[in-house]
Amino acid sequence: MIAYAVTFAFTCFGAALLMNFWKVATSKDLGDRILALDTMFINAIAVMVLYGLAIGTEMYFEAAMIIAMLGFISTVAYARFVLRGNIIE
Amino acid sequence: METLLELLVVIFLVTAGIFGFVGSFGLLKLNDRMSRLHAPTKATTLGVGGVLLASMAHSVLTEGHLSLHELLITLFLFLTAPITAHFIAKVNIHQFETRDSLPDAGEDEIWATHDIEEGPTDAETSKN
Repeated sequence: MIAYAVTFAFTCFGAALLMNFWKVATSKDLGDRILALDTMFINAIAVMVLYGLAIGTEMYFEAAMIIAMLGFISTVAYARFVLRGNIIE
Repeated sequence: METLLELLVVIFLVTAGIFGFVGSFGLLKLNDRMSRLHAPTKATTLGVGGVLLASMAHSVLTEGHLSLHELLITLFLFLTAPITAHFIAKVNIHQFETRDSLPDAGEDEIWATHDIEEGPTDAETSKN
């Protein structure tokens, strides 16, 4: 039963990642692009944790943690660059 | 007990998948910039939270002990998602709104995003 649920969740998050990628690639709107990239980071965390769950290892949590931090920092840096033209003033 | 835990994992995973999908679909589908901001920041964070809860229940099921480091990621995401949403909203206000198109700022005179001094540019300052 869990295997089916994992497959379902993989499908959902895979489709979500593809939609985010589509938005990053085609959107003309800078705010939307930053948002889509941030969502892509979050979905990537979900896929990594799901993969760890599927093959039964705890190795991927550190990677997911690091991706969570890098995603937050890069989003804030990008938004701040648009807002102020500078990241660290 | 094992069936119950398995059921819990399945419920969390299915809910998480639906939330994650809906969040990203909303990013494509919604019409307004600020509505598009709403969909991923709420729904996808809930989706990841569901996956992490499922992973915690799964570790009880397979290894017999509760692993808590998923909670770290959940906590981190729940703390940072509002901040990123706030920053992206500020980018939208900065790029697509003028001082006149925004509603009244309340007790302040203008919105903080537009509160930039009209000083000399960098090129002019370096000349002096």
